[in-house]
Amino acid sequence: MARKKLFDAWAIVYLAIFAAYLLFLIYPMYTILQNSVIGENGTLSLEWFAKFFSQKYYSQTLIHSFSVTLCTTVLSLVIGVPLAYFYNLYEIKGRSLIQVLIILCSMSAPFIGAYAWIQLLGRSGIVTKFFQSRLGITIPNIYGFNGILLVLTLQLYPLVFLYVSGALKNIDNSLLEASDNLGCTGIRRFFKVIIPLCMPTILAAALLVFMRAFADFGTPLLIGEGYRVFPVEIYTQFLGETGTNYNFAAAISVIAIVITAFIFLVQKILSNRFAFTMNALNPIERKKAKGIKGFFMYFYTYVIIGLAFLPQVYIVYQSFQNTSGKLFRPGYSFDSYKTALKRMGDSIPNTFIIGGIALVAVVFLAILISYLVVRRSNVITQAIDTMSMLPYIIPGSVVGIALVMAFNKKPIILTGTIGIMVIALCIRRLPYTIRSSVATLQQIPLTTEEAAISLGASKMKTFFKITVPMMSNGIISGAILSWVTIITELSTAIILYNSKTVTLTLAVYTFVTRGNYGYAAALATVLTALTVISLLIFMKVSKSKEITF
Amino acid sequence: MSVNIKIKNAVKRYGKSTIISGLSLVIKEGEFFTLLGPSGCGKTTLLRMIAGFNFIEGGDFFFNDERINMIDPAKRNIGMVFQNYAIFPHLSVKNNVAFGLKNRKYSKDKIETETQKFLELMKIDQYKDRMPNRLSGGQQQRVALARALVIQPDVLLMDEPLSNLDAKLRVEMRQTIREIQRRVGITTVYVTHDQEEAMAISDRIAVMKDGVIQHIGTPKDLYQRPANLFVSSFIGRTNILEADATVNGSLMTLHLKDGFTVSLSNVQPEFRQDRKVIVSIRPEEFIISENSDEGLRAVVDSSVFLGLNTHYYVHLDSGQEVEIIQESKIDEIIPEKHTVYLKVKAEKINVFTEDGSRNIVKGVNNDSANGGEA
Repeated sequence: MARKKLFDAWAIVYLAIFAAYLLFLIYPMYTILQNSVIGENGTLSLEWFAKFFSQKYYSQTLIHSFSVTLCTTVLSLVIGVPLAYFYNLYEIKGRSLIQVLIILCSMSAPFIGAYAWIQLLGRSGIVTKFFQSRLGITIPNIYGFNGILLVLTLQLYPLVFLYVSGALKNIDNSLLEASDNLGCTGIRRFFKVIIPLCMPTILAAALLVFMRAFADFGTPLLIGEGYRVFPVEIYTQFLGETGTNYNFAAAISVIAIVITAFIFLVQKILSNRFAFTMNALNPIERKKAKGIKGFFMYFYTYVIIGLAFLPQVYIVYQSFQNTSGKLFRPGYSFDSYKTALKRMGDSIPNTFIIGGIALVAVVFLAILISYLVVRRSNVITQAIDTMSMLPYIIPGSVVGIALVMAFNKKPIILTGTIGIMVIALCIRRLPYTIRSSVATLQQIPLTTEEAAISLGASKMKTFFKITVPMMSNGIISGAILSWVTIITELSTAIILYNSKTVTLTLAVYTFVTRGNYGYAAALATVLTALTVISLLIFMKVSKSKEITF
Repeated sequence: MSVNIKIKNAVKRYGKSTIISGLSLVIKEGEFFTLLGPSGCGKTTLLRMIAGFNFIEGGDFFFNDERINMIDPAKRNIGMVFQNYAIFPHLSVKNNVAFGLKNRKYSKDKIETETQKFLELMKIDQYKDRMPNRLSGGQQQRVALARALVIQPDVLLMDEPLSNLDAKLRVEMRQTIREIQRRVGITTVYVTHDQEEAMAISDRIAVMKDGVIQHIGTPKDLYQRPANLFVSSFIGRTNILEADATVNGSLMTLHLKDGFTVSLSNVQPEFRQDRKVIVSIRPEEFIISENSDEGLRAVVDSSVFLGLNTHYYVHLDSGQEVEIIQESKIDEIIPEKHTVYLKVKAEKINVFTEDGSRNIVKGVNNDSANGGEA
């Protein structure tokens, strides 16, 4: 009824959100596009695109990025899917710990993993030295393609694990029993029944891994050395030491977006072929892992998780080592912490202020937008939905560059402020949080809200007293994930920060690039501790040990 | 306080398709009124228009003399029970029931006592601190009903409330709903596609098809003197036979195929002329005789013994199949392939015009024929 009124409160809400998206996303993207087609002499020209494709020095970054990303995606699936299968179909000892460790691995900043692996397997890494001096074996080179693949795979397979675990929880046990009953068991059942049932989720996870790996900036910068990839090239052109070229950076950004958009569409088309929904009445009953199969499962699970968690452990260990200048010395102390805390400025308060504001804004906007999209579908809310998903395919560094180009001149100057960092984090986090909120909301029958209205509750009251509480599980798990990704975010922040808005992650990065590994380790440990605390709070709040994103 | 509901020329469209065009209806104060029809007939749409969840494209809806078309659903003072119950999963049973009272800004004491009263009325006070996910389907149904009634609504609307329950519980709950409705004396509009449920629970029933009301009447009216062929076959089971009718004074003689004739003295005067008709004979309106050779000749194809009754499936000489229900006898069941002769209980059968649109027998009570006025 009142839905037909031209102007209710919701209309103001969606118009405001629509305007905000136009200003903070569409306008900066337009600026990038505009800059990419302005030639050296200021006229309309495609010369930057020509330069990129004609010079192998630049165009090979495309091939590099593509091959390393594709390999990472495949390898993450190959590792993550069986892990999820073992974890959810069998009783593996230490379930809770495994879950926590995997989430932790997925949440640390990738560049921290990269730098830890350099410490372990790099030219003067302890493992390398050990093999060299004691056993006379030369470890394969960690730098370049291999290193990026190693770090990103260990960083990203946990996402596959978490996604697929969620899908497996929705498989009704009777489907497996029916399969057994029809004579399809074991490995055959895994490929014929379980994989197809999880296919929509596997494709979604593959896309997420691809996007993350493709856009990752810190890992190739640290461990890539001569193996030059896309995001690094954009950064170099934009802020590089050898002279900056905004237009060229913009052109590379446009190429990057075209590629990710293409991948996104391919994934859409593929996943449409597997569109179905499941809802388990009887969740899968976990069996005991026995015999040689059981041993293999345990071995696989523990080794894989151990490998992914190794860098974190090593960094914590390093943070307590004595240092002198940039070198580690024998003995242990808190010296690295003391010095790092002294030299890090406001980065801890900054992390909490920027991350906190961004988190509140993201959660609030995600609730509003998902409600508008699901319950108030019209042309404008659909447009908001589409726009909010755009950043999903835009690499983080491109978002950063776009915002700088758009807001470093009058009428709106935001560069160097906390505001621009909050905006960037919101834009980048919202696609994920909106998706999870929309999914939650779609499962809430409309009649529940109608019941509240028929009992005399106003629309706003129904929204806050019924809809939001019913969504709260989805919102809380979305929020915790957002919080952790916000505090570990690097690729956008590195373009937007200045001396006043250094966050913890940026401080770690700065120490790493300066070679102050002891201080970096100390701050990275603080960051890990923050993540662990957030996670514990989440588990306490949601009274659940199982997290499904 | 209960109200009567008047609906005049209601219109509902979804896009270009018209679901309901010009429907009129009067529901009496305190009445248990059921909208019955096959799925897609517009019954739920009409209910949701009364509730205010569907926009009313045309026509007038009145509670007593108040036009409610533009009143916000929250302000219509309606109690509604949904098909899936729509229990708030994050609130305890007690808080679910109290939810509507809290919106009405009553005092704490009043909320407490009213909630308790209805928890007890629905026999769920022992579960009051439970969360809904720990309730059975029947218990959730009771919570939904208590929650709808506690606000003292003018009207109670129920949208297929029993369809998610198993058969036994369904019968039990419909008794409960009927009893509670009687006791509270509230005007109730009930939607269902289950004709047996509608018959068991309603004061009056409106049979709907394609957005049009076919017949409004008591369960007895609907079953014994259905207004048209659709109602006769939708309510209960029936056999449809074609016949030629000849008139002799006030007597109409039906010449069924196979040479059998039935004479009726209760045909409405306006229809007394020679014509083709359709005859509707319910299975229990046949009399089987094994001995005499008078009546419709039929051969038994199969039989089903159900205790109280025995169902026979037979075919006539014309090949038409007919179902017959007889009270079970202590003798043997008539064997298959056996020839029998059928007579009919002439005072009970119904005769329709050739197009099936009108019942030409006297005694049809159809409130929809006079603009929905009862």
